[in-house]
Amino acid sequence: MKEQIRQVISEHGQLSVPIETLADDADLYQAGMTSHASVNVMIALEDSFDLEFLDSMLKRSVFESVDSIAAALAEVRSAAV
Amino acid sequence: MSVAVSSRDQELIAAARRIAAEVAAPSADAVDREARFPHEAVDALREAGALSAFVPAELGGAGASFEAVAEACFELGRRCAATAMVFAMHQIQVACMVRHLDGSGWFEGYLRELAERQLLVASITSEVGTGGDMGKSVAALSGPVDGVSSFEKQAPTVSYGGHADAFLTTLRRAPEAEPGDQVLALSRRQDVELEPQGTWDPLGMRGTCSPGFVVRGRVPVEQVLAAPFATISCESMTPISHILWSHVWLGIATDAFDRARAFVRAAAKRKPGEPLPAAMRLSELMSQLSLLRAEVSLALREYGDVCDSDRAKLAEMATILRFNNLKIAASEQAPRVCQDALGVCGIVGYKNDTPFSVGRHLRDAMSGCLMVANERIHKTDASLLLIAKDV
Repeated sequence: MKEQIRQVISEHGQLSVPIETLADDADLYQAGMTSHASVNVMIALEDSFDLEFLDSMLKRSVFESVDSIAAALAEVRSAAV
Repeated sequence: MSVAVSSRDQELIAAARRIAAEVAAPSADAVDREARFPHEAVDALREAGALSAFVPAELGGAGASFEAVAEACFELGRRCAATAMVFAMHQIQVACMVRHLDGSGWFEGYLRELAERQLLVASITSEVGTGGDMGKSVAALSGPVDGVSSFEKQAPTVSYGGHADAFLTTLRRAPEAEPGDQVLALSRRQDVELEPQGTWDPLGMRGTCSPGFVVRGRVPVEQVLAAPFATISCESMTPISHILWSHVWLGIATDAFDRARAFVRAAAKRKPGEPLPAAMRLSELMSQLSLLRAEVSLALREYGDVCDSDRAKLAEMATILRFNNLKIAASEQAPRVCQDALGVCGIVGYKNDTPFSVGRHLRDAMSGCLMVANERIHKTDASLLLIAKDV
């Protein structure tokens, strides 16, 4: 799952450094992801994983690292079961 | 406009009403004409202890509710928009410190001092080169050397910059930090050098005295709020700004309506029983004002429901959209009400020296759409709307 997340971030996150150089818990905003780019990441994640985030998850902190995104995706999936 | 209940709240609102009527109103025209700071009204607010209204009682403030502070903005806005906007902007800075000091002994001490000395705090958030996006900074904190960081920032406007006792400035965390990696830092007046850029001769809100400055400041490291500015912005600065500004604009629009009503009543007295076209227009005006009032009141209530109990909710995109919509709607509706009031009053409204003059109201209200430009907010909202669900 994390590889797929990293793929989406590298395509849409507009980071100022390659995603490969970042740890799973690294702050993506500090790596240059803007608010605008983060929305594109969210849309692409929904598309790539074929799910929808809940409104309560649509906030900056949920998308600040690969780890936090993975946790959010897991939460959506478990809620859908 | 009556939601506040505690005695501290009632005292604040009563003081705001009294100062608005006795101090701000008599000097409002001169403040506007001369584009000068409303010293007398701000001094009166100081004497009433109103600058620490939002500081908790245990730190020496009034511990007033957010609703009461909003109502005070409204009351001041009815009499002198510049006084009201200075008061509102100051309260926004205080609220950011109160809500995000996160146990910092230094900030607790500073708020005590603010309450004791009734210090006025301004903000330096806008910056040349960011395209009006408050979520980005060019200027950065550098150092620290011996525990003191420094910065230089090109600010296109600093409201009451020449009259403030301290400044809260958005800055990148460090010279190598990304534009969005910001902090909020407090500098005392004596640690800041303000180099004026240009003059201050705007259309309205002339008493806020908001020219541009190149700001060079020193910030001891303990004077930087620990929370990222992104958090402070969505949990406090942005929604609180939009709500308090809207109360100021509602105050302006309400007085424009009151003047139009006084005009119609005077006309009706002169010619009892005769048809009065202006009376119909006044009725239309009231429905316009009621739309503004409804949006402002509802937003205040919605913020009150979550501001302390559910801060996480404030970070959600649907909530950000909600308070952005308040700002756009109120800043567009307030000048509309003022312009329609001018339509009711006609030439005596257009003239600057009659009891029915509404030119100042219209000019003051027109500043709203520029305070964080509505276009910029629409751009943000357009992006959030692509992903937010239940809006």
